[in-house]
Amino acid sequence: MTAPLLVLEGLTKRFGGLTAIDGVSLTLPCGGVTGIIGPNGAGKTTLFSLIAGSERANTGRVLFDGGDVTRLPANARAVRGIGRTFQITQPFAGMSVRENVAVGAYLRHARRNDALARAAEIAERVGLGGRLDAPAASLTVSARKRLEVARALATEPKLLLLDEILAGLNPSEVREFAPVVRALSAQGITVMMIEHVMHAVMNLCAHLYVLAEGRLIAQGPPAEVTRDPLVIESYLGKGAAARLARGGGHG
Amino acid sequence: MRPYLSIVIVALALAALASLAHSNTLANSLVTATIIALAGYGWNLLGGYGGQYSFGHAAFFGAAAYVDAVAQARYGVNAYAAFVLATAAAALVGVVIGYLSFRAGLRGSYFALITLAFAEVMRVLANAAGITGGAAGTLIRLAPSPSHFQFVGRQPYLWIVLVLVTLAMIATRAVERSRFGAYLVAVRENEAAARALGVDALRVKLQAIVISAALTGLAGALYAQYFLFVDASIAFGPWISIEALAAPIVGGLGTVFGPLVGALALDGFGEAAHAVAGRTPGIELALYGALLVLVVAVARDGLQGLAVRFFAARRAGAA
Repeated sequence: MTAPLLVLEGLTKRFGGLTAIDGVSLTLPCGGVTGIIGPNGAGKTTLFSLIAGSERANTGRVLFDGGDVTRLPANARAVRGIGRTFQITQPFAGMSVRENVAVGAYLRHARRNDALARAAEIAERVGLGGRLDAPAASLTVSARKRLEVARALATEPKLLLLDEILAGLNPSEVREFAPVVRALSAQGITVMMIEHVMHAVMNLCAHLYVLAEGRLIAQGPPAEVTRDPLVIESYLGKGAAARLARGGGHG
Repeated sequence: MRPYLSIVIVALALAALASLAHSNTLANSLVTATIIALAGYGWNLLGGYGGQYSFGHAAFFGAAAYVDAVAQARYGVNAYAAFVLATAAAALVGVVIGYLSFRAGLRGSYFALITLAFAEVMRVLANAAGITGGAAGTLIRLAPSPSHFQFVGRQPYLWIVLVLVTLAMIATRAVERSRFGAYLVAVRENEAAARALGVDALRVKLQAIVISAALTGLAGALYAQYFLFVDASIAFGPWISIEALAAPIVGGLGTVFGPLVGALALDGFGEAAHAVAGRTPGIELALYGALLVLVVAVARDGLQGLAVRFFAARRAGAA
């Protein structure tokens, strides 16, 4: 067994009286695509923010690639190799696609020509090759999601956190995106994705974590997890699993 | 070399203009306008590219003007050394103000207010302190000779400002084409996203305010050297904070030629308004205000943006 890439130890995050993340521990090996699912408000995005460093945990530790990054700010974690996309896309609206991606590429390529060339190459890879000089503000939802991925990818991360990149896309766009995610994994990038589009999750992820009310309630291969009564109840309410098992959807 | 070609052309045009400015009135007007342009280049870097709108660039302008004057008048420092010292002092003030406000996470209107407050505090202090000459101000002893950085006539000053403005344009272009420039614009557009991509936003903003303060400081030191006099309301008064931001906004925010175009346009407009309505007191200020409103309403991206759109439309019409 190789050393794990990411270890979370008893992470807790409170916002005032609300405990968004409640003692989450997990160990993520190198490689592969891992999914995080859970009902709305379960704390999935907060968990990503704690890993990427845009929020600090109240207690617990984040270990990444053999080092403790708990106290590092987001930019320093990006330098270590944690990349993320935002659920609500955050393009640099006044810049072109190429310039947007180049901001990410500058992290490993200080020279302008190298960064711009790298940006073009990565934009091509996520399917934005034809829109390099388009202003980011003019992009469609689907293209903005691609831009999020391209920018994060340009920082050459070891771990890439994808926050609902399929949400708001139509079925054919979702189908186009799946190979992009698989290609990332094939290049050796460890991918962690928050996703609601279940058939994509089932297709892409080898392992799932289920988060509900800030706690990890289940984990395992997708087929097992989605049969877990606890998971079903977290989505559909108490007693739902038993009712489903009886074969009746009513009542 | 190509990205700098337009700067060379503009610099040559300025040189042609300067060599035609034989009358003292015109030369004087041009010197003042280009000094303001220089101060505007400082503001443009932090405000235009970095999106941090300062209302107190007088703090940098004034610090440099006072250091330049006081070092010569009180301590007999060589004029050129005083000039360098003055610019460094402005940069230092930039570090202090930048560290205090950016460290505290101030942005938007809060940053604007805190910079205004810093400039006003410095104005009050300069007016009260002994070393600055208090309310009487500080005079630099008249000694017209190049060894004292003083010249007979306006023309030599004009050439000096033009060289500095050209250097400011080159510096602006170099920033545009650097990693630092990309990071600066990224911080302006979306700070959280920039951080997630590994950008140390605090450091980038601090670097920007230091360069910005030094550029505006150059203008302040030159101003003191040109008029050989500073007092608190000249050095730290709100007038220069406003001129330094109006020039890039009117000319084109976050562009290489914006501050120069804006400063020249505002100066020309001011002179014209004065000539037309000179007898009614304050009318030129009203017209000046009207122009600002018009620019904000018609050309959000400044005169340069207006020109670019005009030519693009003509080309589209011709094709």
